[in-house]
Amino acid sequence: MSAAAPLEVRHLEKRFPLGSAIRRAQVHAVDDVSFELRPGTVTALVGESGSGKSTVARLLARLYEPSAGSVLFDGGDAARLRRRRDVLRYRSQVQIIFQDPFASLNPVKTIHHHLERPLRIHDIVPASELEERIHDLLQTVGLVPPEEIATKYPHELSGGQRQRVAIARALAVEPKVVLADEPTSMLDVSIRIGILNLMLKLKEERGLAILYVTHDLGSARYVADDILVMYAGQIVERGPIEQVLADPLHPYTRLLLAAVHGERIDQKRGSAAAAVDPGEGCRFVSRCPLAVAVCSEVTPQLVEARPAQAARCHVTAPSTN
Amino acid sequence: MTAVVEVSESTRTRGTPLLELRQLAVEYGSLRAVDVVDLEIRTGEIVGLAGESGSGKSTLANAAMQILRPPARIVGGSVLFEGEDLVGKSNEELRRFRWRNVSMVFQSAMNALNPVMRVGDQFVDMMRAHERISKQRALVRAGELLELVGIDRRRIRAYPHELSGGMRQRVIISMALALGPELVIFDEPTTALDVVVQREILQQVDALKHDFGFAVLFITHDLSLLLEFADRIAIMYAGEVVETATAERLAANPQHPYTQGLMRSFPPLSGQRVRLTGIPGSPPDLRDPPSGCRFHPRCPECLPERGELYVRQTSERPLLRETEAGHRVACHLVEEGSR
Repeated sequence: MSAAAPLEVRHLEKRFPLGSAIRRAQVHAVDDVSFELRPGTVTALVGESGSGKSTVARLLARLYEPSAGSVLFDGGDAARLRRRRDVLRYRSQVQIIFQDPFASLNPVKTIHHHLERPLRIHDIVPASELEERIHDLLQTVGLVPPEEIATKYPHELSGGQRQRVAIARALAVEPKVVLADEPTSMLDVSIRIGILNLMLKLKEERGLAILYVTHDLGSARYVADDILVMYAGQIVERGPIEQVLADPLHPYTRLLLAAVHGERIDQKRGSAAAAVDPGEGCRFVSRCPLAVAVCSEVTPQLVEARPAQAARCHVTAPSTN
Repeated sequence: MTAVVEVSESTRTRGTPLLELRQLAVEYGSLRAVDVVDLEIRTGEIVGLAGESGSGKSTLANAAMQILRPPARIVGGSVLFEGEDLVGKSNEELRRFRWRNVSMVFQSAMNALNPVMRVGDQFVDMMRAHERISKQRALVRAGELLELVGIDRRRIRAYPHELSGGMRQRVIISMALALGPELVIFDEPTTALDVVVQREILQQVDALKHDFGFAVLFITHDLSLLLEFADRIAIMYAGEVVETATAERLAANPQHPYTQGLMRSFPPLSGQRVRLTGIPGSPPDLRDPPSGCRFHPRCPECLPERGELYVRQTSERPLLRETEAGHRVACHLVEEGSR
């Protein structure tokens, strides 16, 4: 394992069956996805609903079994872990935070309980230090005074505070990687920045590798170093976020940017949702203003057309061979 | 009736107030969700209402539409539509008023369609509840309305599950326009949608507004959306309107510290990357609202060392005052003239 890449995703694939027993169709929710998460780096995974971005986070958290591909972490392939002990160990290193802080906490248990459980299950600190560690965690995520917060129930906290509890719970097991699946989209506008700032702080102070799944390009730019743009189950563009947003290669990235910049969109409508039994060819072809003949015949590969910036596009990032 | 949407010429003169909320107060039991609000929407205008969850913006819209359900009730003020007070009208009078004069598109409207009924039949039901029209004629009009929002007219035969979320939302918007209302209220119509779809729907609403001349009350928590899309914006906080101005003016010169905080809550897509602060704390619990200015516990300008001003901020409710033509702010600092 190289110190620079604690988590490396290679050709990850997830298909969900669909339809009747006679005509078996498959949704290609995640298709040939490769990237890496580095310590002290936030990587934004951006896409519209149905594009497969949450499925990627769930695959990395091992909530789904991948159909193919590998997740290299800590010298092994996480996609192939079978023994409970190994899975538990992996999960203590790679934690996920969900969108809905109302659904992810148990309403009849105190905050103390939520933080005590992972500390005990993963045997993080001796029982005598439990109390102190719980208070430290609450302090880290900005929930003060911790003594008071710990005794509360989820319904006594605001949405933003609940999301902070969820983050504290993820941090309890001292992970190296945190997968944040739209952690702010259900929160009020005025408190979203607080959660984003907390992510930045964790990246800087703890050197965490963070995957930030979102559909909001502005917040992605605010926290992330790198960006992955997903469309219909595939990564269509990848690179340093400032560079990609300043000068995107893929026509879909350009469309997304036009939408948030408030420019008129005259393109054909279409859906970014995962494809059912896709054939060969680019999945964006029906909406693409740049499409040429080859686009509907050959599936484009991610090609590094500029230093560190790659896109899946025959026109703007043609393959060299 | 020949046109798809009937336009009553007499009410289309620009500038006359179409809907006017005067000193409106709404309570849920003892909780006051809307606390003495004044708001005016003129013909052909897009008014944006921005606020966080629990600020009372949806309650305000429901009151304007007269669809509050118990325990919510209007405890004071009036809702004037073309000068006529809707508060206290009978259900039958209101039934005729809704859809025809004012219609509403809800946040989860895409789930408001009946899943076991073809889209076209749902148009027919709605139209025939309000006017004498044959089923054939109603279906033709349904098709025309769908085309208006960019959906193939043949889709009248589709069931809702055969349409995407964005398409269903567009179906609801075209339904809201079916009877040619003078005002359409949109309550967070695009929050559940993706950016690209969101943008397309806003473009459509804007284009339709130009063609049909209806006024729009657009409710959202996304201030950045309103800044480019609305003519005038009202900012709500904890049941009160704290600032109102034209979109240009608000963008250039927000005066209430809460509005300023909201502006600082959206990371920009270009320019320098700077750390933002947002607004500390969270919105108040309206069962026990803060004394004085309701924003004072979160206000960066509310400091004990300011003596008398601090006393007023924490004990006295600021009134909405005009600081310049069309720009009104409820803030002690502005009253003081210190900004």
